Amino acid sequence: MTTTSHGDVYIPFEEAMSRYEPIIGIETHVELGTNSKMWCGCSTDFGSDANTQVCPVCLGLPGSMPVVNRVAVESTIRIGLALNCNIAQWCRFARKNYFYPDMPKDYQISQYDEPLCYDGYLDVTVDTPDGPQVFRVEIERVHMEEDTGKLTHTGGATGRIHGAEYSLVDYNRAGIPLIEIVTKTVIGTGSLAPEVAKAYVKELRDVMRALGVSDVRMEEGSMRCDVNLSLNKPGDGWGTRSETKNVNSLRSVERAVRSEIERQASVLDNGGRVIQETRHFHEDTGRSTSGRSKEQAEDYRYFPEPDLVPVAPSLDWVEELRAGLPEMPSVKRARLKEEWNINDFELASLANSGALDLVEATIAIGVDSVAARKWWTGELLRVANEQGVELEALRVAPQDIQQVEALITSGALNDKLARQVFEGILASEGTVEEIIATRGLAVVSDDGALLAAIDEALAAAPDVAEKILSGKIQAAGAVVGAVMKATKGQADAAKVRALLLERLGVSE
Amino acid sequence: MSDLIRQNASVLANAIATKEVSAVEVTQAHLDRITAVDDKVHAFLHVNAQSALDQAKAVDAKVASGVPLGPLAGVPLGLKDVLAMKGEPTTAGSRILEGWRPPYDSTVVQRLRAADIVILGKTNMDEFAMGSSTEHSAYGATHNPWDLDRIPGGSGGGSAAALAAFEAPLAIGTDTGGSIRQPASVTGTVGVKPTYGGVSRYGQIALASSLDQPGPCARTVLDTALLHAAIAGYDPMDSTSINAAVPDVIAAAQRADVRGMKIGVVKELGGDGYQAGVSQRYAEALEILQGLGAEVIEVSCPSFEYALGAYYLILPSEASSNLARFDGMRYGLRVGDDGNNGVEQVMSMTREAGFGPEVKRRIMLGTYALSSGYYDAYYGQAQKVRTLITRDFNAAFEQVDVLVSPTAPTTAFKLGEKLDDPIAMYLNDVATIPVNLAGIGAMSLPIGLAPEDGLPVGFQIMAPAMADDRLYLAGGALEAALTDKWGHLLIEEAPEL
Repeated sequence: MTTTSHGDVYIPFEEAMSRYEPIIGIETHVELGTNSKMWCGCSTDFGSDANTQVCPVCLGLPGSMPVVNRVAVESTIRIGLALNCNIAQWCRFARKNYFYPDMPKDYQISQYDEPLCYDGYLDVTVDTPDGPQVFRVEIERVHMEEDTGKLTHTGGATGRIHGAEYSLVDYNRAGIPLIEIVTKTVIGTGSLAPEVAKAYVKELRDVMRALGVSDVRMEEGSMRCDVNLSLNKPGDGWGTRSETKNVNSLRSVERAVRSEIERQASVLDNGGRVIQETRHFHEDTGRSTSGRSKEQAEDYRYFPEPDLVPVAPSLDWVEELRAGLPEMPSVKRARLKEEWNINDFELASLANSGALDLVEATIAIGVDSVAARKWWTGELLRVANEQGVELEALRVAPQDIQQVEALITSGALNDKLARQVFEGILASEGTVEEIIATRGLAVVSDDGALLAAIDEALAAAPDVAEKILSGKIQAAGAVVGAVMKATKGQADAAKVRALLLERLGVSE
Repeated sequence: MSDLIRQNASVLANAIATKEVSAVEVTQAHLDRITAVDDKVHAFLHVNAQSALDQAKAVDAKVASGVPLGPLAGVPLGLKDVLAMKGEPTTAGSRILEGWRPPYDSTVVQRLRAADIVILGKTNMDEFAMGSSTEHSAYGATHNPWDLDRIPGGSGGGSAAALAAFEAPLAIGTDTGGSIRQPASVTGTVGVKPTYGGVSRYGQIALASSLDQPGPCARTVLDTALLHAAIAGYDPMDSTSINAAVPDVIAAAQRADVRGMKIGVVKELGGDGYQAGVSQRYAEALEILQGLGAEVIEVSCPSFEYALGAYYLILPSEASSNLARFDGMRYGLRVGDDGNNGVEQVMSMTREAGFGPEVKRRIMLGTYALSSGYYDAYYGQAQKVRTLITRDFNAAFEQVDVLVSPTAPTTAFKLGEKLDDPIAMYLNDVATIPVNLAGIGAMSLPIGLAPEDGLPVGFQIMAPAMADDRLYLAGGALEAALTDKWGHLLIEEAPEL
């Protein structure tokens, strides 16, 4: 049992799972990557100066009116189709009324009881000691809404609203198209709940990426998750749920579920009552703190948005969008597993490391599948992990691997030198050719130079030569190693070995 | 040309185009009139003389260079203060917007500018268009030019009074439940509420989005048609705007013919509760129409009984949401920002100080009606009534080409008379509200003075959606017959100010 500075008490996860069953639900907000905002023509670019991407519409000035972004509707339908949803033939926007300074109209245009997409599912795979297990996460709805502006609280110690001297509002984000994907309650995951939650969010992210509808960068907030969770004793009715917000990385999704199970179990163990509330997750501690209580549900006074006409996608349009869907990540994984002849474990490690698309792209330009996988999941993944970045964020492109592999095949590079080439690329030293030239990385192929080095090595270790001559050919490795060291690795080891045996008149 | 202020808009435009008079002279004459009488009438909240004269000069330059101009080029206009006009004060009659100058033009203003119509300034109105008397303006009531102790109607009393006081020959109004037609009725002027979506709402500060509609106001049916044509038509900035050709209202006003037209008298709109003089003039107008060759028959719209109740749930519900943005955070009034109050207190204090009693009343009503647990009983039920009213109209329009009724149950009442009795005030809109609930078009035009008080009586014509031309066909014919009978427009009988 541990206690945090907030007074929350936690019991170990395994212990919690021995007494309780978790039920989870996940709400995911995704900022769509449209060029313009949901209701106006303002740019959606990230990182511009505050309040430079605004107009009367997204500022909610008196008299202004929204007009629906057709691309946003199209993206939402494609997301719905990818998540196996039904697409509404007719649906309306609704106003969600509440006062907050980051919301220019003091209501958010959203969808309430008429979502554009509903009743879908997403299958996710979780690794277990017994092998991969598939969970079907049912999707309640996918609906469209608008993002709010961004508040910065200044003058306080915490950067939060309490204690701040004043607050600044940046409305650049106000009106950026947002979709919300809501799961139905996910039951029966047991102690795999944290992994299922993470696998779902990851799969969802991959689907969004495959569709090309969002950059889904959790760290920039273009994909954000709220995790609902309750515990109950086996056989009992469902418990009271909490909603953990601010869960902004895949790792956090898993940690948030785990932590909340540990917290609620402790509350229940002590005869307490789980409060229906919003909690805020903190990346640094991996724990959440209590936010606003939801015991008295806020009344948003939803009603149909009278400034917008209903969205009524034609069946033809929906079918056209369905036909144009890209290969879904799960289908692609199955295909690649077959094509590359790899097992579930290898596939999972490729997928989990984020190497799948990169390997596929590398193979697509002619690199051997084993070599492509070797580079991405070996040397390059090691560097990415070291730097704490995603594999795809590295400066190495599939074309670089293609070039390096071609040079290895021709004997101009060996593996060791190739690693130095990638080191150079990662350090922005230039192209493959430039790095080979400036670092002097060519394989030594001059037989004379190699023979001189071999003679030198033999002279330094006469006993080794005798061993080889007496038939212990495996002893040749020591001489080859000495030659490689003498040539600073710039020799082809196989060639050195062949020259050595030839020199001693031994055949394999 | 003499007496420029008493001329019709079409006559003035023609005189300007033929250089008989300059647009500057016409504008100056109206500015002088405003200076002379608006202390008494208070039709305008804001006049920008310099801007008006500059616009007029630009028109004269175009005339001089021979550029082809629209049929209302150079004619002055009063703009209801609920429409955004770039750089000019736009308050919607409320303290909460005092000092706000929009950074953009409403679509109506853009089209007025494109038509070279000269905007004199902003006209008075009930705060956020809530009212039937202009007494709810935060900047003082407007007075009816026929009797300065009486109301000019509302919410667009400023626009109607400006026409009746000859301060402007054209005006723009907005009509949510009768705010163009009832003021026209009590001031002896003409006003049209176009089909919902016929004129863009973009830039109109919203009262009830599903009911609001800007429209033209003038002293004659033809002038109203010319203004209607200038501002109407599809606008991509307003999703609810109709993407179809605007009916040819100008041709209809010129044809002014009811021969063979079937006119339906709405049984439920008239009789009990209607002032005797109103009913009398209404009956006479029906006879005139019959005499002109129309077939007049009685039709029943039984659901109209519930229109007022439904309207006073839908309107406050939408208004409570539309008016949420006036929170002191971004523009207009801000109260209590002294470093001691948090954001919620500042919002609350701003709204407390900035909104008048009628606005607060309706925000509270609407907030309640939309609340969880009450929504179905109030807002949901009101929407069902709305559907029934639309069905009544559809059934009636299967029998007749247009429907008619008195515009308002009474002539102009006294200032202060109904201020403390909201229900009595609301009842003044009983005949105009069904039109907004159904989204169809309607006109009010003057048909004489009530014998008992000598005040103007209005006649309402209602047409199916997107058949606004029928309003002008019938209205034009009735106006022509009455003008023949009287030898002049009714407005000529208004007393000297």
